[in-house]
Amino acid sequence: MRAAAAALTLPPYEVHFMIVLRNFLQAFVLLLGMASAALAGPYEEALLKFTNDSYADTDAAIAAVAVSGNPLAVDVVEALRDGRLLVGLEHVFVRRTSGDLINAATGQTWGNPTGELKSVRVNNRVRRAIEAALGSLTLLSPDAARRLEAARAVFRSRDEAALPALEKAIAQEGHVPVRNALETARAAILLSKQDALHTQKLAAVETLRDRGDQEALALLSNLPSHAPLEVMSAAGKAAEGIRARLAFWQAFQNVWYGISLGSVLLLAAIGLAITFGTMGVINMAHGEMVMLGAYTTFMVQEVIRSYFPGLFGASLLIALPLAFLVAGSVGVLIERAVIRFLYGRPLETLLATWGISLILQQGVRTIFGPTNREVGTPAWMSGALDIGAMSLTYNRIAIVLFAFSVFAILLLVLRYTSLGLYVRAVTQNRRMAGSMGIRTSRIDALAFGLGSGVAGIAGVALSQIDNVSPNLGQSYIIDSFMVVVFGGVGNLWGTLVGAMTLGIANKMLEPHAGAVLGKIALLIAIIVFIQRRPRGLFALKGRAVEA
Amino acid sequence: MALAAAALVSSATAQAAQAEETIKVGVLHSLSGTMAISETTLKDVMLMLVEEQNKKGGLLGKKLEAVVVDPASNWPLFAEKARELVSQHKVSAVFGAWTSVSRKSVLPVFKELNSILFYPVQYEGEESERNVFYTGAAPNQQAIPAVDYLAKEEKVERWVLAGTDYVYPRTTNKILEAYLKSNGVKAEDIMISYTPFGHSDWQTIVADIKKFGSSGKKTAVVSTINGDANVPFYKELANQGVKATDIPVVAFSVGEEELAGIDTKPLVGHLAAWNYFQSVDTPENKAFIEKWRAYTKNPKRVSNDPMEAHVIGFNMWVKAVEKAGTTDPDKVIDAIVGIKVPNLTGGVSEMLPNHHITKPVLIGEIKEDGQFDTVWQTDDLVAGDAWSKHLDGSKDLVADWQTLKCGNYNTVTKKCGS
Repeated sequence: MRAAAAALTLPPYEVHFMIVLRNFLQAFVLLLGMASAALAGPYEEALLKFTNDSYADTDAAIAAVAVSGNPLAVDVVEALRDGRLLVGLEHVFVRRTSGDLINAATGQTWGNPTGELKSVRVNNRVRRAIEAALGSLTLLSPDAARRLEAARAVFRSRDEAALPALEKAIAQEGHVPVRNALETARAAILLSKQDALHTQKLAAVETLRDRGDQEALALLSNLPSHAPLEVMSAAGKAAEGIRARLAFWQAFQNVWYGISLGSVLLLAAIGLAITFGTMGVINMAHGEMVMLGAYTTFMVQEVIRSYFPGLFGASLLIALPLAFLVAGSVGVLIERAVIRFLYGRPLETLLATWGISLILQQGVRTIFGPTNREVGTPAWMSGALDIGAMSLTYNRIAIVLFAFSVFAILLLVLRYTSLGLYVRAVTQNRRMAGSMGIRTSRIDALAFGLGSGVAGIAGVALSQIDNVSPNLGQSYIIDSFMVVVFGGVGNLWGTLVGAMTLGIANKMLEPHAGAVLGKIALLIAIIVFIQRRPRGLFALKGRAVEA
Repeated sequence: MALAAAALVSSATAQAAQAEETIKVGVLHSLSGTMAISETTLKDVMLMLVEEQNKKGGLLGKKLEAVVVDPASNWPLFAEKARELVSQHKVSAVFGAWTSVSRKSVLPVFKELNSILFYPVQYEGEESERNVFYTGAAPNQQAIPAVDYLAKEEKVERWVLAGTDYVYPRTTNKILEAYLKSNGVKAEDIMISYTPFGHSDWQTIVADIKKFGSSGKKTAVVSTINGDANVPFYKELANQGVKATDIPVVAFSVGEEELAGIDTKPLVGHLAAWNYFQSVDTPENKAFIEKWRAYTKNPKRVSNDPMEAHVIGFNMWVKAVEKAGTTDPDKVIDAIVGIKVPNLTGGVSEMLPNHHITKPVLIGEIKEDGQFDTVWQTDDLVAGDAWSKHLDGSKDLVADWQTLKCGNYNTVTKKCGS
């Protein structure tokens, strides 16, 4: 690495000289060592460069291997990408995914090598070279997904050398999406190629205009200076069209970001809507219930990783009921041990629950340590879905759907179950409900447990987008109160509308005002709103309010 | 009753006698609250260093004793606890603070009581105090070389400066902006974005970065995002498919400890600039990691840059005390300038007259296992600048506590105090 750093600062001819000298020496040693060595072709020479432990040499080696036409080229480049290309003993080896070791020069299996093998190091520059090389090497792969990947790689690298392979691939491609990707890749190359025909370039502009995304726009608005006037003006018009289209989609994209932020707020606040909204308890430890849910997810994943790795995709589903139980029982415990003695004394409740939140935080910090814990994302929640010029990430889609289902279930529970009936009765008139034979203290405990449990399952979802640390809850408590107060205390629909309004308003403001100012503007708007309507968006009416 | 009183008195005198025999070292790191995530480790390092020094026979024939207090991530409490350490516990030196706010909060205390603080974290510079020794990186030992690396190796032409909204990112970005512009980068090729502490919804900003980066020019993100906000930021990058090969992110506040909470597979290739990586392959580092893991009884415990800074700072202080023959702050402050101790990356760091130290600069790429692979490093150690050469207000200032006895001497007006 030191050598690499030193080589970078040398003038190019010296570096070149060093490389030549080194290659020569290595080739010499190789020839001495192997009497039966085949004549070194360009492929073998390129392979030797991998042994130099220099990023520049590795980069050059990849390009040379890719154009060598050797049947092992794809294996070598893929092995390099995955850290399976090993050097040592004056040879380059590929470790197959099966564990077998083969000599990269001859393709023969190699027994157990004595001595140390090191994998060839890669950095971003090398990774880009690998991607470009694999692109041109796998254009004709029998696997459609790989061909698509290859076409995209060529589109990004715009490597003119890939053009003949690209033409061949287009001619025999039957799969429409792959064919489109191949054609855009060809268009990208032709547009910047100096000696391409006018008509070819104009057709390329057309293809890119149809593609219509940010990358196409970048290509069209950065034409090389040698482009003919006619092509320039066509590209300018196409770029204009794409800009208009992107601006149109931008609005939808912002709304989506708003909905997705809103659903996170909804998840965090919905448990509070029960404990604060219907029971009137200012529960400052609400955020810590979310944190407990997130740590439950972590524990579930730890167990699954160690004992049932096959179940990892379902880890979040398994964590949901457990998080509900853990956070819910802690909630019942808090209610029975502390809060029930403090009903009707909001200030004391606030201080007591604040204290509980600190105890829970420090407890988790002592048990799990102060550092973040890693919660993995199952494969089905990774990646993004492209609709028009919008990109929706799967984890956000999952969270939005999840938030709405939690909301719906909670609404049904409160509306149609006997527990829900009792909770509403106790909330509306505690003494009357008591006179009708409802055990109000038991209902209080259950309702608090329900609210806390819902906070726990919110923690499962939030573990996917935020850090799982003892501070997780703190960052959501203010937002949660804001949503519940804004939406109207004691009304689940208010919480839904409040969360969505705040989320969307925040995301509409952010591109213009920036994250910091946007948040300040939103807080001011809420303060003004609460002054005009102290009971929030959806105020409860009737005698319950006065009680 | 009389017996009990006598026993009390004797135990009190015994304690006093014992107190006279030890040299006390203050440890001022948050063990609770938001910063506990980063600072708890540094407390452990200090305890290990003190224990180790005692095994070697202590200092000046006396045993060292660590006094640990918890300022609980609360900035005013830092000042109170610092005062408690110096005036009540009579510590000879304090090792502590992490955020710039906490450092600024304790500065007046150390000046007033004339004690010594070793500050181990990379910071924004623009400061040099007689009572403080800065063992972390100044901007010219981290930010500027990182930008140089990206411009040279990755051919970056467009820059996103993203940071948390407080003093360190704001000052660092001001310096970087001035530096980039002086190197011919146009204003439209620089995007600056600040976010609140603990920002967790990065959708819009990552989408903006993607948009900014798809103009055809190579783009990189220089991140001074602090603490917990990093995890959701990197998760969003991964989800929106921003790869290091397209838009690399170089971070100044993300180390091994922070990566421990993220699935690093989608982050492979993103960069960090530090003066130390756990993966650095030197005998000194190997020995340190072994000792550290044995001390914490955790075979997987990671090490990071501020830990190394404490190791260097502590060893420098020990040498300075030995040289001065006393723990008297004035004598130690005079003795420590010019002291050289080996760092963990194979070089020898020196305390400079401006109370900063010399360090190598390393650029590392994130690997799949959450460690860094050093892809570039400076040939020599870089001397820390207290005052940036790239800012108008500070380029004429120098700090020199040896000959000039001044932390902000203006070379143009020839006056101390800018």
